[in-house]
Amino acid sequence: MRNFNAFTLAREALRGHKGWGKQWRSPEPKKSYDVIIIGAGGHGLGTAYYLAKEHGITNVAVLEKGWLGGGNTGRNTTIIRSNYLYDESAGLYDHSVKLWETLSEELNYNVMFSQRGVMMLAHNVHDVQSAQRHIHANRLNGVDNEWLTPQQAKDYCPPLSISKSARYPVMGAALQRRGGVARHDAVAWGFARQASAMGVDIIQNCEVISIDRAPSGEVTGVQTTKGPIGAKKVGVVAAGHTSVLMEMAGVRMPLESYPLQALVSEPVKPVFPCVVMSNAVHAYISQSDKGELVIGAGTDSYLSYSQTGSMHILQHTLDAIIELYPMFSRMKMLRTWGGIVDVTPDRSPILAKTPVPNLYVNCGWGTGGFKATPGSANVFAHTIARDEPHKINAGFTLERFRTGRLIDEAAAAAVAH
Amino acid sequence: MLLIHCPYCDETLPEPEFAYAGEAHIDRPADPQQLSDEEWRDFLFIRTNAKGPHYERWRHINGCARFFNAVRDTVSDKFLTTYKAGEARPDLAKLLEGQK
Repeated sequence: MRNFNAFTLAREALRGHKGWGKQWRSPEPKKSYDVIIIGAGGHGLGTAYYLAKEHGITNVAVLEKGWLGGGNTGRNTTIIRSNYLYDESAGLYDHSVKLWETLSEELNYNVMFSQRGVMMLAHNVHDVQSAQRHIHANRLNGVDNEWLTPQQAKDYCPPLSISKSARYPVMGAALQRRGGVARHDAVAWGFARQASAMGVDIIQNCEVISIDRAPSGEVTGVQTTKGPIGAKKVGVVAAGHTSVLMEMAGVRMPLESYPLQALVSEPVKPVFPCVVMSNAVHAYISQSDKGELVIGAGTDSYLSYSQTGSMHILQHTLDAIIELYPMFSRMKMLRTWGGIVDVTPDRSPILAKTPVPNLYVNCGWGTGGFKATPGSANVFAHTIARDEPHKINAGFTLERFRTGRLIDEAAAAAVAH
Repeated sequence: MLLIHCPYCDETLPEPEFAYAGEAHIDRPADPQQLSDEEWRDFLFIRTNAKGPHYERWRHINGCARFFNAVRDTVSDKFLTTYKAGEARPDLAKLLEGQK
């Protein structure tokens, strides 16, 4: 692998960029590995990267039934923030934001992390109270968040309508200036490239069919469409398909999988300087560096693995978007798509050991996993390598659904669910 | 958008008339005082999350307002059948045979 720097870039510019080569290897699977990660999305590839980088475990395979980064990593709206209410969540998501801040340098790969600010609108008295509660809780946890008046919100995001007669009047907003967006594909590619360079095998088009267990119960490997592969430890990082995989090891999960839809407009010149979310009316919007407006909708109501959703969900979101930003009313939408998100009862992730020895699970990110990619991968690698959680993910267990020690972002989340 | 057959109205109507109401055939514990923590967890939180045919509840919220059950394939989103609340689970093998 060749490093990207001013010298190599200049040299390749003169040679028509013909000397870069493949960014990661595509090997055939070995007979066995120290660790197998199931799922080559950002979280899975990141886990492999941190296993190699921070724990010296390089005999690792990442198995992917489709192609690298083709699931929710490539389907989200790329929003990054850490303004969650509870201490555990603030700890986990802010760990991630801190890693995002240096990720391009660390990976020698431009993930285009842009801290353009994430603004969350308040449309009624309840929203205002809830936002201010979040701001106070966030500040106590060292997470930046500040209150803006409607005029300050308008100054920060000029396309926003703060008309008092609007259907969803803006009564103020919470702004996290360290929040922003990143290029989602680049995150998967950057982790894959460095992990591969350290010896991790990334094996695409390799679906796990079953999980092997010894008579004493521990996991010993997996059966795949490319044959059996042995493993001392297995980490499941499979988003919407987590229940299906865990069932193979006899573990029933507190998860339900729903379609979450998003859409982009035709590309236009820079018009939208930040990320704005409106939880009450279910509309998230930002503008990509290509110029498309990137719009996130809500989940469909029913369980599904179809990666598509219903039209009326998108219509509801666009209703809200043109009400909040009247200048977009004539804009054409270019593409819509869906991803399957795995939702836990308390809307917080599970990053933990499982009742099955040597089997670990990283799931339940629901509608908001992209922002957590480096932080999640970092503490999950720790959990696998040491066979115990990092103190940051110590609360995100499977056990909490038995003990009742939930991390109940469902009731008090900064995000719409 | 899904088209859903309400077994009470005996009409096939668009999805916005209905509300999804989670997995079907999960019985409330007969004697809640006797439940262990594991049994409470299973009742409250653990779900089949089936990829393929899924037994689920729907409510005709903007119509007759009644709850009913359905079997729907969660990969194709196609309904295999809907049936009234209180009726036994339909035989899956027969339903799948009927689809061919």
